[in-house]
Amino acid sequence: MSTTLPHAPTEERVNYLNADYGWQSWLFTTDHKRIALLYLFSITAFFFVGGAFAVGMRLNLLRPDGLFQHDTYNKLFTMHGIIMVFFFLVPSIPATLGNFLVPLMIGARDLAFPRINLLSWYIYIVGGVFALTAIVRGGVDTGWTFYAPFSSTYSNTHVILAAIGVFVSGFSSILTGLNFIVTIHKMRAPGMTWGRLPLFVWAHYATSLIQVLGTPVIAITIVLLGLERILHAGIFDPALGGDPVLFQHLFWFYSHPAVYIMILPGMGVISEIIACFSRKAIFGYGFVAFSSVAIAVLGFLVWGHHLFVAGQSMYASMVFSFISFLVAVPSAIKVFNWTATMYRGSISFETPMLYAFGFIGLFTIGGLTGLFLATMAIDVHLTDTYFVIAHFHYVMVGGMVLAFLGGIHFWFPKITGRMYPENWARIAAIIVFVGFNLTFFPQFIVGYLGMPRRYATYAEEFQVLNVLSTAGASILGLGYLIPMIYLAWAWRKGPRAPQNPWHAKGLEWENSPSPPPTFNFDEQPIVTEEAYNYAGEVQVGRH
Amino acid sequence: MADIDATLAAHPPQLKHHFDDTEQQLESSTLGMWVFLLTEVMFFGGMFGGYTVYRNMYPDAFASTSHFMNVTMGGFNTGVLICSSLTMALAVRAAQLGSKKTLILFLIFTLILGFVFLVVKYFEYHEKWVDHHIPGPGFRYEETRYFHQAQILFFLYFAMTGMHAIHMIVGAGLLTTLIVMAARNKFSALWYTPVEMIGLYWHFVDIVWIFLFPLLYLIGHTK
Repeated sequence: MSTTLPHAPTEERVNYLNADYGWQSWLFTTDHKRIALLYLFSITAFFFVGGAFAVGMRLNLLRPDGLFQHDTYNKLFTMHGIIMVFFFLVPSIPATLGNFLVPLMIGARDLAFPRINLLSWYIYIVGGVFALTAIVRGGVDTGWTFYAPFSSTYSNTHVILAAIGVFVSGFSSILTGLNFIVTIHKMRAPGMTWGRLPLFVWAHYATSLIQVLGTPVIAITIVLLGLERILHAGIFDPALGGDPVLFQHLFWFYSHPAVYIMILPGMGVISEIIACFSRKAIFGYGFVAFSSVAIAVLGFLVWGHHLFVAGQSMYASMVFSFISFLVAVPSAIKVFNWTATMYRGSISFETPMLYAFGFIGLFTIGGLTGLFLATMAIDVHLTDTYFVIAHFHYVMVGGMVLAFLGGIHFWFPKITGRMYPENWARIAAIIVFVGFNLTFFPQFIVGYLGMPRRYATYAEEFQVLNVLSTAGASILGLGYLIPMIYLAWAWRKGPRAPQNPWHAKGLEWENSPSPPPTFNFDEQPIVTEEAYNYAGEVQVGRH
Repeated sequence: MADIDATLAAHPPQLKHHFDDTEQQLESSTLGMWVFLLTEVMFFGGMFGGYTVYRNMYPDAFASTSHFMNVTMGGFNTGVLICSSLTMALAVRAAQLGSKKTLILFLIFTLILGFVFLVVKYFEYHEKWVDHHIPGPGFRYEETRYFHQAQILFFLYFAMTGMHAIHMIVGAGLLTTLIVMAARNKFSALWYTPVEMIGLYWHFVDIVWIFLFPLLYLIGHTK
């Protein structure tokens, strides 16, 4: 690296992508970077499958009397939910960017268990095949929540196939989390203390805790549900002496923390992007790091807010309501600290930063509307309306998907060794932002006015808002397609990326070439400074 | 690059390329195994949670079921598993001492005890089948007023002991692998991590049974 090159190198050196060719070198790889790419392509495919169902739903809701048969609509929203939650959102950032970056960021040559890492991808694919089979054979209509006794006794759709898909793919999530926990504990480079870990790694550590502690509970819940359906014996069905609320408790014991699996890694991405494009250390590093862990811990104690109208004891509801408010505190700490980081920073507006801006605004709206729903009396009015849909799409799409897109752009030069076209990417980011808000903001209003979720038809006075929402969804869809095209182009034809195009801090940028070699580093990195030490860098003219 | 090649060349055979030394590798395996056992605790915890809820709802019905549990077989199996934990611990000890013959011997003892457990379990399940105590349309219960509630206990009985038995079968497969590996001289006093890890797994499965036995078999016997 001592011979300074005026331009990016034109000859590619040996890296993880060109070290080996052929399908076997991919399907039998144990390189965390290649496995990350396997995941990236798989989850992108599932994203478009899940997106196709959303297109069907939005088309149906163009007219108050609906377009499809009601049974078809029930299947559309169910499969949209199952695919997007279990096969896109849960693995989205951890299995792709996390898999790629956690070892690089802590200065390790790979994850602790590379073969288990590959196994997790195969498990994910097997689960996905079950879910896709359920879809091809006619779909499921239980809602992604699989509420008993409808799912266990009355639904005549392919519940078992879909449930097996969710059950199996859960183990891929568990194994990823287990791998991260051990890697972060045991594989850090010399000098990489816990207090120097990038916040992306902290976020993934917190996510992994939830994956490891929560996912087994949904697994056993699905087993019990499947047994009830197959044996026709009561465990959740009240007609057979069972308690359907117990199913809801067990389901949400995983599925509420799972919401944090779907947002914490995004928060990690945003911390990296904000620091880099503000040229400043994250304000209050310790608070941001521990707020991730606090979200993971508190996230396990709030599941009851999904059961306010399910016959749960009022006193239990009060406790759950209080803790739900409490979990807003660490989330707010993050938003305030990102904002404080930008204050007097040297901000520039590259695409990842645009997505980060979008994330902060949309996540704030999504989070604050969550407080409406955590308030018991208001929740009675808003439960099962489009207000809830809008709330969690502001967090899941406005938060996680934007963070995912921002992260993909930010690390695209590292992953592929190529630069993406900045102007196209900026335009796409703005289209996504506009399309997203047009899709989901009307849903807050229509939900507050009383339009229930999961109905194929609605009252005529809601049509204008629903047409607006469908129009927004079309724009949002376009915003997703444009990056697909230019990123695919840039991967083959984009200009070669230097090692550190953003002049970012972090081992993955400062110590590893783009793309990294198979063992990540030419020399074992030794860490001598805090994370995000942008103040300490020599100010070179960056523009 | 040369740096890494040199490191690779200096590696002992069991050390994977991405670890710095065998100590780091052992610590990683151990932590990984404990985290895995944590997921198992949560997995069984879901069923223990359901058990707690229903036993609080239907205490009398649950107590009535224990007259139809075979305490002799269950008690015998408890003894079998405790002995198998002892032989497993002795196998790990033998591995530490690098004694191949003793290691294989104790692994085989453990495997045999595991099989004894499963065979007894088979006869117990068969007894439930004969008595129509399998949950579902064919379920019969002697005290008809507890029909639905008792069925839930038997549902949990089969779910919990069934999951436990599946873990035993997996454990038997793992023990067989260990025996083959030991016979092929894969282990030494310097490296026997799989023996230790599978030992942890085996003890965990035994402990699950220690909780299952009183909760399922002995609840009605205080009256």
